[in-house]
Amino acid sequence: MSDTDFDVPKALSGTGGWLDDRFHGARGLRVLMRKVFPDHWTFMLGEIALWSFVILLLTGTFLSLFFIPSMTQVTYHGSYVKLDGIKMSEAYQSTLNITFDVRGGLLIRQIHHWAADLFMAALIIHMLRVFFTGAYRKPREINWLIGVGLFTLGLLEGLFGYSLPDDQLSGAGLRIFEGALQGIPIVGTYLAFFLFGGPFPGHDIVPRMYIIHVLLIPGILLALISAHLFIMFHQKHTQMPGKGNTEKNVNGQPFYPYFMAKGGAWFFFIFGALVLLATFATINPVWLYGPYSPVAISSASQPDFYMGILEGSLRVMPAWEINFLGHTLSLSVLIPFALPLTIVLGGAALWPFFEQWATGDRSPHNINDRPRNAPVRTATGVAAMTFYGVLWAEGANDVIADKLQVPLYTITWIARVMVFVGPALGYIITKRICLGLQRKDAQELLHGYESGIIRQLPNGEFIEVHQAVNEERRAVLEAKPVPALLPGPGAADANGIPAPSSRGLLGRARGVANRAFAETIPLETNGHGDVDHGNGHAVESGEEHAAVGAAPSGSGHGQLPAGDAAEEEPREGG
Amino acid sequence: MSDMEETEGTEGPGVPVAPHRVIGTPPPSPRLLGSTAVAEHREPATAAGEDEEEVVGVPHNVGLPPDDPKMVLHGKRAERVVAACFTLAFFAGCAFIAAYVGIGVGTVDKTLRSNLGLGSTLAATLLLLGAGALIWVRHLMPNVELTEERHELRSDEKDRQAFQEVFKEGTGYSQFVKRPLIRRTLMLGTLPLLAAPIVLLRDTGPKPGTSLRNTVWSPGRRLLVYGTNQPITPADFSAPGSMISIVPEGYEENDDQLTKAAVILIKFRPGELDIPTRTQGGTLVGTMNWTVDNIVAYSKICTHVGCPVALYEQTTHHILCPCHQSTFDAAKGAEVIFGPAPRPLPQLPLTTDSSGYLVAKSDFTQPVGPSFWERG
Repeated sequence: MSDTDFDVPKALSGTGGWLDDRFHGARGLRVLMRKVFPDHWTFMLGEIALWSFVILLLTGTFLSLFFIPSMTQVTYHGSYVKLDGIKMSEAYQSTLNITFDVRGGLLIRQIHHWAADLFMAALIIHMLRVFFTGAYRKPREINWLIGVGLFTLGLLEGLFGYSLPDDQLSGAGLRIFEGALQGIPIVGTYLAFFLFGGPFPGHDIVPRMYIIHVLLIPGILLALISAHLFIMFHQKHTQMPGKGNTEKNVNGQPFYPYFMAKGGAWFFFIFGALVLLATFATINPVWLYGPYSPVAISSASQPDFYMGILEGSLRVMPAWEINFLGHTLSLSVLIPFALPLTIVLGGAALWPFFEQWATGDRSPHNINDRPRNAPVRTATGVAAMTFYGVLWAEGANDVIADKLQVPLYTITWIARVMVFVGPALGYIITKRICLGLQRKDAQELLHGYESGIIRQLPNGEFIEVHQAVNEERRAVLEAKPVPALLPGPGAADANGIPAPSSRGLLGRARGVANRAFAETIPLETNGHGDVDHGNGHAVESGEEHAAVGAAPSGSGHGQLPAGDAAEEEPREGG
Repeated sequence: MSDMEETEGTEGPGVPVAPHRVIGTPPPSPRLLGSTAVAEHREPATAAGEDEEEVVGVPHNVGLPPDDPKMVLHGKRAERVVAACFTLAFFAGCAFIAAYVGIGVGTVDKTLRSNLGLGSTLAATLLLLGAGALIWVRHLMPNVELTEERHELRSDEKDRQAFQEVFKEGTGYSQFVKRPLIRRTLMLGTLPLLAAPIVLLRDTGPKPGTSLRNTVWSPGRRLLVYGTNQPITPADFSAPGSMISIVPEGYEENDDQLTKAAVILIKFRPGELDIPTRTQGGTLVGTMNWTVDNIVAYSKICTHVGCPVALYEQTTHHILCPCHQSTFDAAKGAEVIFGPAPRPLPQLPLTTDSSGYLVAKSDFTQPVGPSFWERG
């Protein structure tokens, strides 16, 4: 029986017909159902964020049925007897009630919190994937900017969300947020007073954060996510370099039923994993923290991980304050509050345009780069990750100091140095690694890969047989872009007139950046690097050259005819 | 899946293939889809009537034909596994509902049991549904790959031209360019409307005024111990090296005031305390005269971003803010010795009242807590 040998049920075809009479949908939906989605495991990362967001909406709706966003003070007499008779806000009380008096309340609350963390983590990893593969390039810059916006809003959404229960830990976090707002020049004090409805903590902040958290930001997130998906859909997904994949096509499986089934399964897996976490891993046990009091604090207070960079920046910063004309510029608050996130997120937003400017490449790209083939981009990404990572880790310097038994101030001093040195080291090392991998690729394409088969020649010499890469691999290796060189700094034509693009300070800077971007190991060479590196590597690999040359193959690359290979037993196998 | 790899291992004649795959060398074909034999059929088809379609590829199976006995057997097994997953998901889902009905909450123990029951059954349901769907798509659906053509996103010149003409035509009809008076007054008219949302936010809070400059401490106001809310005499607080938190009498539970007025009280051994006399803009902000019997009071609110400083190390007299580790030397007027705090913790002038209780001599002589623009 053929797979399509069945009748569509009347009810279904009838409904479909009824709808088509009204919407003219048959043609559009048919195209949609056969829409091709390329397959690669990294393409699922964004989906994690998407499904986490869906789960956040579902669980958040449940929580909003029971949560009371009010700072009215009440005396607790609920199920959690350890806090019996304690004064607290209604927000905190209702959070305790959700936890201990609503069946499934604890579970849903923990799923919600875990899903928020997963949402942010997935966004970060998804953005890294997009960055390192160059998937943000023309025509996808706007989707990249939407992504940066989603991440920024996610930070705020998370901060406001975990501050709602009005517990001791999040209250301290809010106080820090308020202190940082006060540090903003000119308008800071007013901003803080307007947001909190007066002096901290006041009685307005929880209801205000609540409506921002459940309506305003989720609404914007939903709109941006829809736009993000629609643009992705319209522009068609990028694909990884591979056999048959070109700039002009998309290879993959159709939406219906493959992508639908896989996406659905992925949703269930993510939801299931979050439920497992919520069941077996406690998160944000607010009942242990107690209600907020401005007099109390606990040590080793850390915010959720995505706020860690702000916490670490505040910790790493030395004291610095400027007083002038009766005004105070609190740089030890202002700089850590604004600068690191501006560098990371602002840098991310500007990068696609900077790269276009520096490379002069304004053509559309649908095939992703392998990170090694864009050394400057990859190195910059690693530098940014190092910068972020150092500050993030510094956010837990007290925990690190405690666990490693290293003095706290030593950790902070290491971070103070590493926040500058780390990114530079990361850049240099990554660029070297990328170029090294490019060299290896060129080698592999020219000579084949090391097959692990050792062969003894008649003269007693042992060689390792190299085998030509298969077509799939060859397609991947050959998909390497060739960077274009712009006229260099000070370049001049025959009459001594400098090239228009290289004039001025900006033109020179562009020339320098362009040279950096254009550094590459061409595939056409002998595979041992460009002229600058040639000598050293020729010596290094001389032995191997001899071995390859001595292989009894007509091709000169040490490839064995199939028959010969069959007789050989790999050493490792025997 | 092992069936697949076998077929892909035997590639066309002339391609040398290692007899066994050696660990550390690439597999014969790193991709599940698209072996050489099939790839040749991969030209986009232009079937009649599909000239304007987005998808121009033909679906093609990769791997063994579906009627191969191996595939039939494989399919039957997979079908059973998928059905088992879905059936188990049904039972797990029923168990979830049973757990909801059967396990109550109301105490910590019951809540934990309920959480375990609900969570494990719900997780099982979801994971089984996911596993079933995944096995279904991977093992039962034929391995189909399509090729879709990408069209250039840039519209062709003809369309761009036509658009431009239509736009110009419409703009011409609107008289927008021809009548600048309308254009400018329209822009003028909408300006206040743009500012309105910001203006509307004005009443979200009072102006700060001078409220950040002073606290509720006033001459004669008693210091109460945080937690018990009892007044304290120097004799009650006689153990050197201890630190306690203090709240002002009358504002024990007023969070808005405590945010500024919380105080720490530290007792020193005779001779240890050495507060330099400091002035700021002519105002005295720190002196030994504000201590009573080697007891000193500092603001508990960190001058960095306002966390309560809470950790005190007796041997070094260091006060540490647990938030960002600003460290203050309690013996030397709480001067900053490490961290981002820009200023010492303000000192509260102390004295005793007629009953012998510790009271404030006055309010703080400088603003407490984090810096703000108007602080000066």
